[in-house]
Amino acid sequence: MKVSTKWLSDYITLEIAPQELAEKIERTAVEVDEVTRMSTGLKKIVVGFTKEVTQHPESDHLHLCQVDVGEAEPLQIICGAPNITAGKKVIVALPNSRIAGNVKIKRGKLRGELSEGMICSLQEIGFAEGVVPKEFAEGIYFLPDDAHVGEPVFDYLGMNEDVIDLDVTPNRADMLSMRGTAYELAAIYNKKLTLHHPAPMTENPAEVSAYIKPTAAPELASTYLMRVIKDVTVKPSPQWLQTRLWNAGIRPTNNLVDVTNYILLDYGQPLHAFDQDKLVGKNIQVRLAKPGEKLITLDEQERELRTTDIVIADEAGPVALAGTMGGLRTAVGPNTTTVVLESAVFDSSAIRKTARRHNLHSEASMRFERGINRATVAEALDAAAQLIAQLGDGTVVGGRAVATKEEVNSVSVAISLKKINDVLGTKLSMETVKDIFTRLDFTVSVSAAGQFEVQIPPHRWDISIPADLIEEVARIYGYDNLPATLPKGELTPGHYTYKQSVLRAARRLLEEAGLTQAISYGLTTHEKAAQFMMEASEETKLAFPMSSDRTTVRMNLISGLLDDIAYNTARKVNNVALYEQGRVFYRSAGNVRPREVEHLAGAMTGLFRNDTWYGAKQPVDFYLLKGIVEHLLNSLGVKDVQFKTATGHEEMHPGRTADIYAADKFLGFLGEVHPNICKEYALKATYVFELDLQQIIELPKKQAVYTPVSRYPEITRDVALAVDQEVENAAIVDFINAKSGKYLVNVELFDVYEGAHIAPGKKSLAYKLTYQDENTTLSDEVVTADFEKVMTKVKSEFNAEIR
Amino acid sequence: MDLKERLSELKKDALAEITNVDDLKKINDIRVKLLGKKGPITEVLRGMRDVPADQRPRIGSFANTVRDELTRALAARKEKLEIIKTAKKLEKEKIDVTLPGVAVKVGQPHIIEQVIAQIEKLFLGMGYQIVDGPEIEEDHYNFEMMNLPKDHPARDMQDTFYITDQILMRTQTSPVQARTMEKHDFTKGPLKMISPGKVYRRDTDDATHSHQFHQVEGLVIDKHVTMADLKGTLQTLARTIFGEKREIRLRPSYFPFTEPSVEVDVSCFKCDGQGCAVCKQTGWIEVLGAGMVHPNVLKMAGIDADVYGGFAFGLGPDRFAMLKYGVDDIREFYLNDVRFLQQFSQKG
Repeated sequence: MKVSTKWLSDYITLEIAPQELAEKIERTAVEVDEVTRMSTGLKKIVVGFTKEVTQHPESDHLHLCQVDVGEAEPLQIICGAPNITAGKKVIVALPNSRIAGNVKIKRGKLRGELSEGMICSLQEIGFAEGVVPKEFAEGIYFLPDDAHVGEPVFDYLGMNEDVIDLDVTPNRADMLSMRGTAYELAAIYNKKLTLHHPAPMTENPAEVSAYIKPTAAPELASTYLMRVIKDVTVKPSPQWLQTRLWNAGIRPTNNLVDVTNYILLDYGQPLHAFDQDKLVGKNIQVRLAKPGEKLITLDEQERELRTTDIVIADEAGPVALAGTMGGLRTAVGPNTTTVVLESAVFDSSAIRKTARRHNLHSEASMRFERGINRATVAEALDAAAQLIAQLGDGTVVGGRAVATKEEVNSVSVAISLKKINDVLGTKLSMETVKDIFTRLDFTVSVSAAGQFEVQIPPHRWDISIPADLIEEVARIYGYDNLPATLPKGELTPGHYTYKQSVLRAARRLLEEAGLTQAISYGLTTHEKAAQFMMEASEETKLAFPMSSDRTTVRMNLISGLLDDIAYNTARKVNNVALYEQGRVFYRSAGNVRPREVEHLAGAMTGLFRNDTWYGAKQPVDFYLLKGIVEHLLNSLGVKDVQFKTATGHEEMHPGRTADIYAADKFLGFLGEVHPNICKEYALKATYVFELDLQQIIELPKKQAVYTPVSRYPEITRDVALAVDQEVENAAIVDFINAKSGKYLVNVELFDVYEGAHIAPGKKSLAYKLTYQDENTTLSDEVVTADFEKVMTKVKSEFNAEIR
Repeated sequence: MDLKERLSELKKDALAEITNVDDLKKINDIRVKLLGKKGPITEVLRGMRDVPADQRPRIGSFANTVRDELTRALAARKEKLEIIKTAKKLEKEKIDVTLPGVAVKVGQPHIIEQVIAQIEKLFLGMGYQIVDGPEIEEDHYNFEMMNLPKDHPARDMQDTFYITDQILMRTQTSPVQARTMEKHDFTKGPLKMISPGKVYRRDTDDATHSHQFHQVEGLVIDKHVTMADLKGTLQTLARTIFGEKREIRLRPSYFPFTEPSVEVDVSCFKCDGQGCAVCKQTGWIEVLGAGMVHPNVLKMAGIDADVYGGFAFGLGPDRFAMLKYGVDDIREFYLNDVRFLQQFSQKG
């Protein structure tokens, strides 16, 4: 809502600098987008009179104009505007003037002829395209004939007015009008308002029924009023009206349309004007659209109506979408002589639905959606009718045609001083609060019990409950004046839940292990959402996605990390180690909402460590990532972790993937991404893991218990076993552990060899077995006996050879 | 020459020899040569037979003195040579201390996580619980329980990704508050919570908009919670995140779930309120929205609005991070460029 302080001064005397006023509004009522004065930055732009206009000798579209700018001699100015003509008052930018966009105008020559300045269009002096009257849209502007030659143009065009652009929140629709804003300022500054009202109309109320007979269902239009103005001449509005409109951001059109817009701005009351001659029959009906009905609206769009749309219909069918947009068939135009003016209150939720469905959000629909002042529906209609009659040399036909008219009363809200102070944390006195209410134009009485009975006038329809009154007190009293304290009351413990601490611990563990946290998008493509999945799930899709890249909620984290890695490697960052902790969304068929499961995933590519002067580079590989996962699971206290050769992960390398289990519970997987998938993402070899953190949270955990450290020495035995390639390390370790006596405390693989020094199809695994007794020094004999016994069994179990 | 003179002469020569030796290995040879059974002292002492008996003790004592003196001289020389040897060895071991150290490979928490963690820490310390909730929500909790019925004009303020008519990607973390309020047992004390998490809006991604971002919303419900308490809490928050010297100011605003509703500005941390590009010359930066919980919200959650009341606030960690670290494009947070992520490694 663009508010001109000059217009405001019709209603309230403030004498406050516009910036200061804007600041006050912002601190007390609604946000201010900006404060502007159109003349700012412009200079030497004056009224000129085109004494003579002749063709430029060297051009077919330029003209030489002799322009009187109030100096001894007229200036010769070359003008290319198609509508340039002699005998007009025009906007002249003198030599060395400054026009919009900080452009300087200089004396110069155009095709051999001197040009001493420029004749300007409104756009050239800073008017937005959207507010320039259509007749001047393609050319220069003509000022009123009585404009004084040589004077600055700014006052004629309202360009010295300060305009405060309010960003009105949905609850403060009362400020979507000049009068509403004036009420607000009167409260803020504790001033008296002087609102003007239309003159009482002495008329024969029955006359109007000869023209129209409106009917309406009260649930569609609680108030529906019409007036008729006859013998109207359609013409441009006077300058003062055009100025008010364009300073409010509305394009002047003609005296009929301009008056409806003017009243809309002044009262916040949307009006609609029909051309009486184009209406079929006298009966005007406010009703819901019938199945199959169509309407061509003012924007020349044919709209299929639904039975939830409120329409205004004449005897031939719909003529307007109520409160949203008029129809083309009955629109007022240059030849209109009899105007039917509508002023109404339509059902807000119906208007909202219609505006949304037809994507027709207009100044009118916005106000009907948010509410309007029900007390001035008739007054706004009368004011508009009188102004149309005045500006169009017409006559208001006697009487308002009333289809419905609701009775509008003030609303009573009760609140105690204690409640106000309890909520705000203040110690306001009865008088202070009463004064605030009074300033707001509320009528207050105080009951014997100290309760305020507050009468809220209809122009503040946003106020209906005590909390609303508390807000009014708080903002007028001033938020700066509130004390700053902390909640008292009973103490409560603040701590993470077990789940929250595991999530956070997992993140920190991976960071310590060298992975950086990524946060990727939860919405991805249909394909990526379903990659790397750990359990079967239906996909969950957006009903109306914004782009094909974000259509489906993810069912894995890895695909997001691969996107991230691809982003990095595309920018020549080749060594990347990322992890993400977030949710995946699994949905079972028949459920609408998915289950949200906390997952943890990591992805690495390139080098983990670069070559340095100190040591050789360390490329990322399976075992590096496995070590990290082992460290993670161990640190989270997960018992009995097993890595099993995995099959069935479509997106993973079939020979380099392990499923991860803890005591038969599937936790996730780890391995190298399938080369084909890497290709799709444009990646080099990449290693990934993904774990179900929820599963890990629910597992029973190891509890650290003190065990005494043995004081007796360890004895070790090393052995290298030649076994078939297919034999897995885990099987051998498990076997040795199972078959050894109680003194075996550790089995550690320390070498793996495949190559020239071993038979084809074989590999050598070298283990160090450590023996220890808690209570005594072990003898070599005991250890040797146990070791040899186990090795005999290993040889036969694995067809192994001891090397 | 009598024995004593010979011993004196011997001592002189031996001490000269000891002083001149510069090889640690030769020290022992000299010791054996001088003090051993075949050494000159032993040799001299053999001549004691020819010394008159009354003089023998004197000569003997002198001989012992010489022996002790030489022993000490040898030990001292040996120690000195050892020091020299060590010094030489260490000198050879000199390294270039300006060569780079072996890098410790660690990852970093995401900057958004760091901001959230900072906020969590503050509120845990003030006795708040941290509550998580679903990212895919019911319209009922996301909007209706927040006093935003289906045709409410304020729904235009948030464009929503719907999955079905009733199911959506949450546009705010307030549905977590609605769910928590419904369940909270007020006989066990007040409700004090924050709910951090991801939210989604139907927006086209650009430098200042992201279809995915984060929120932390806070809620306190008790019998006597005031707007002054809200102001004090937010002041504490602003000072924790943006620095001890920060002031806040409240401006009227509108959220359907609070009444009164306020926007909260913090005094500019770049220019201390003097006016700069960050605060667009106003000295203040809008950082969050807040208000006193709307009685309808309490009623819908089954809480007696005549007895209980409270405050709520909501902030965007993305915006906080952008302001605090001067990040000028919100998309940076979700592209995960390692060179971006690793800039925020300072701890403590």
